[in-house]
Amino acid sequence: MTELEKRHSPVPAPLEWDYAPAPEARDIVRFQERYGLFLGGEHVEPRSGEYFPTISPSTEEPLAEVAQAGAEDVDLAVSAAREAFTNGWSGLRPAERAKYLFRIARILQERSRELAVAESLDGGKPIKESRDVDLPLAAAHFFYYAGWADKLEYAFPNRRPRPLGVAAQIIPWNFPLLMLAWKVAPALACGNTVVLKPAETTPLTALLFTDVCRQAELPPGVVNIITGDGSTGAHLVRHDGIDKVAFTGSTEVGKAIRRELAGRDVALTLELGGKAANIVFDDCALDQAVEGIVNGIWFNQGHVCCAGSRLLVQESIYEPLVEKLKRRMGTLRVGDPLDKNTDIGAINSRQQLDRITELVRAGEEEGAEIFQPECALPDRGFWFAPTVFTNVAQSYRIAQEEIFGPVLSVLTFRTPAEAVEKANNTMYGLSAGVWTEKGSRILWMAERLRAGVVWANTFNRFDPSSPFGGYKESGFGREGGRHGLEAYLRFD
Amino acid sequence: MAQAPALPRGFELPLEPRLPRIGAIDAVSLEARAGELAKRSIKRESKLYALALAVRMMDLTTLEGADTPGKVAALCSKAQRPDPVDPSVPSVAAVCVYPNLVPTARARLAGSGVKVASVATAFPSGQAPLEVKLAEVVAAVEMGADEIDMVIDRGAFLSGRYAKVYDEIVRVREACGEAHLKVILETGELGTYDNVRRASLLAMAAGADFIKTSTGKINPAATLPVTLCMLEAIRDVHDETGRMVGMKPAGGIRQAKQAIQYLCVLHETLGVDWLTPDLFRFGASTLLNDVLMQIRKQKTGVYQSPDSFTID
Repeated sequence: MTELEKRHSPVPAPLEWDYAPAPEARDIVRFQERYGLFLGGEHVEPRSGEYFPTISPSTEEPLAEVAQAGAEDVDLAVSAAREAFTNGWSGLRPAERAKYLFRIARILQERSRELAVAESLDGGKPIKESRDVDLPLAAAHFFYYAGWADKLEYAFPNRRPRPLGVAAQIIPWNFPLLMLAWKVAPALACGNTVVLKPAETTPLTALLFTDVCRQAELPPGVVNIITGDGSTGAHLVRHDGIDKVAFTGSTEVGKAIRRELAGRDVALTLELGGKAANIVFDDCALDQAVEGIVNGIWFNQGHVCCAGSRLLVQESIYEPLVEKLKRRMGTLRVGDPLDKNTDIGAINSRQQLDRITELVRAGEEEGAEIFQPECALPDRGFWFAPTVFTNVAQSYRIAQEEIFGPVLSVLTFRTPAEAVEKANNTMYGLSAGVWTEKGSRILWMAERLRAGVVWANTFNRFDPSSPFGGYKESGFGREGGRHGLEAYLRFD
Repeated sequence: MAQAPALPRGFELPLEPRLPRIGAIDAVSLEARAGELAKRSIKRESKLYALALAVRMMDLTTLEGADTPGKVAALCSKAQRPDPVDPSVPSVAAVCVYPNLVPTARARLAGSGVKVASVATAFPSGQAPLEVKLAEVVAAVEMGADEIDMVIDRGAFLSGRYAKVYDEIVRVREACGEAHLKVILETGELGTYDNVRRASLLAMAAGADFIKTSTGKINPAATLPVTLCMLEAIRDVHDETGRMVGMKPAGGIRQAKQAIQYLCVLHETLGVDWLTPDLFRFGASTLLNDVLMQIRKQKTGVYQSPDSFTID
């Protein structure tokens, strides 16, 4: 061979083109060794004197210690919020309130890389999601509600809106900072003050947010943040100084809160679990529907209350669709949440991993067929491979119960009416997806699906201007949009 | 009474277990997916591998009215030794020229393994009688073209005369003989992804070895979503028939970074089997030097002046 021929001789393709690790630098965020509570604009030691560690679920390494707020701490937090509400915040000119919210929004944008890294470290979600979804949306919520602050009279003409007072807000671990934004932004825009309790396993971005509040020079006591486990939340809900509870989390806890508040003059909104149907018709854009299914269930490891965890496929396209889906699962990259190429990160906690494992075992025992693509899971940390169950019957636990993990159950239907019937046949009603090229069918389905959100030819899309909330055991009240204001107002 | 044309040969999809399906494309979701893949972060060895692969997949192109034998000769030298300083840089896949310049390219590339590709069929518009197009193809092949890049008749396609488009491709395929056929859809003129998908399936059914996005004369030329759409069509044909059809995005790809994005889309849509110049090409004129510059950067750690890479 001449030299030139050698040059051209085709180099055989490698068996695998591995993407080299592309980790986001983690030194952009520095955690303190220990965090206290944020009361009345100050970081203080908890009266309880107790702390607990928060770990990174991808490595199990401890990241920091956070305070376990007790009854006395909760009392101080509510007093601080009351004080701020009465002496200033509720009487502030609405346009002034808006300025603080705009400021917070801009600071969130400026510090978005730091907060995204913190979110991925503490919660286990892939950096591409915290970077491209959580942080931009959190900032967008503050921008959006900042705009409403001085226009409440126009949002509710002839109804004289007034703030409620002190809002107790308890948020989950799946979108820690974003859920904080969903709660804090409308509450503040409407003139309330808040006591917010982040989830036990993911307190760090909320604690970094206290820094954002100080940077924005938010008046002391307008936002108070207390950390702790379920008992802290219980103290908060039981406290007689609160005017409103906003809770996002499990249906079980939501029911307990509602029982607790029965007979009390405390407003309540609940955003609870879901078992969303993602309905795929045979005339859909098939490859894009596959992407939508993937996004519907494997976004944030399936730790999404509105996840499309029940896939309803029209029987005529069942085989090609499932085949395409399985192949696509093979390209999902599971691993280090800080790697920019990671699609699926770590399960949030050992407890959640145990629950997923238990339900998956139940699915196998009930007779569903399990499929998991080959993927190497890291040795340390909490991991679960993306999973699909086929041959699932409506009666199986995996088709009824919320798994809150990367597990999809596939069922089939024959006609649109049957699809509606199966989709609605659940105790939940948070979201649904419809995949079809037929516009009229989208509208027909949306009219009949009992779900707070119906996505057409997309899934898991959020926007601050779009209301979000559930039917039935998925809760009540709406967050986002003009509707989201109503949850934080009373009307004379 | 007008009769619906029968499905062309090779275009029938099995009735069992389901009805034939051309399918649809959802533009929003397609673009979102392409955008997601464009964010893949490729570093170190994987990057160097991708860059070298991009060189091996390149159809170095000049399609100007002002092309001369001298210009083409220079391009042919570049094609064989893209980076004279670094002999480990492979040669490109092919040089793509107008038919009149095929003999020059043929002579200059003899024995090098670099293929000669020629555009034909009244490039870039395709608005000429079929006989003229066929004669052009035959002439180009006789003068030594290894590969023919034809354009489809977009006028016929957009007016619904799919059978005419199909027949033309079949005839050109015959006229090519041994030469490989790449079918240019000119996606920038097709208007919708649904049309891109239809045209892709049509071209593959008619016997295309490659489907190619653009002539480079129309804006937009190749884009990531259009490429993804065509790769999905290729995947469906492979699923149905086992046939492996190649893909060539052309026009508008000027930076190494873009080339890597295309390779990520290819890799995650069709897998490693398609990561070869036999099944994927870049049609480009200015991309090569940026890729060379990035290769040098990966190897030495520093960027070199653009003047250290030859302009041909």
